[in-house]
Amino acid sequence: MTNPPYIRPIPASWWLRQGRYVRYMIREATCLFIGLHALVLLVGVYRLSQGRDAFDAFLAALWSPAGQVMGAVIVLMAVVHSVTWFNLTPKAMPLWIGDRKVPGWIIVGGHYGGWIVVSAVVLFLAGGLS
Amino acid sequence: MARSNKPIVWGLFAAGGTVTAFFVPALMVVLGLAVPFGLLSPNDLSFDRVYGIVAHPLGRLILFGFITVSLWHAAHRTRTTVHDLGISNDGITMFICYGVAGLGTVLAAVFLLLL
Repeated sequence: MTNPPYIRPIPASWWLRQGRYVRYMIREATCLFIGLHALVLLVGVYRLSQGRDAFDAFLAALWSPAGQVMGAVIVLMAVVHSVTWFNLTPKAMPLWIGDRKVPGWIIVGGHYGGWIVVSAVVLFLAGGLS
Repeated sequence: MARSNKPIVWGLFAAGGTVTAFFVPALMVVLGLAVPFGLLSPNDLSFDRVYGIVAHPLGRLILFGFITVSLWHAAHRTRTTVHDLGISNDGITMFICYGVAGLGTVLAAVFLLLL
């Protein structure tokens, strides 16, 4: 007969004990805002499918004071996500050229460079009319 | 050998993490903040222009993929974080997280097809 495995009880607040645990939790919590951003897009597409008035009402809500606060929080957490994600890339996908390991800072720097280019292109294309 | 959904979900999580890391900050600035802050004109986000971009077959396909990987990234990370918080009913957590992501994926497909 075997006993069920012992699970050491851990208080739900364990991550508040140290700064790096808190930073870990903030990093993990960014996903809620990535999800929220997906929801905004989903609603936007739905409103777009309903026609001009519905889409304009969607934008008006997004640009209202409350909408701007939500947008700013999403952008802030999305930036935290980008930074933490890119900083982990050398660990997540170490790169070898021949038998030499590519230094981490080159992989991270490459991602930051790509991020800047992508952001600039998105902003440039969005402003195509102005 | 038991089949596992792990490689598929983890693949969507990783793809979503990477794609969103590159695109979400700029995209959300454009959509939510650029016009109120005067960086872009409202004409840049007019119905006609946005519809023209999104309703193009390529626009629909790209947006569907983008929404899908964003949702699955969020769902998978939420699931593991709920576990980290000491809530160990993974079956229910998984059902809710992946259920919401699955529903969102279907809705994205429907909305984009009806556009």
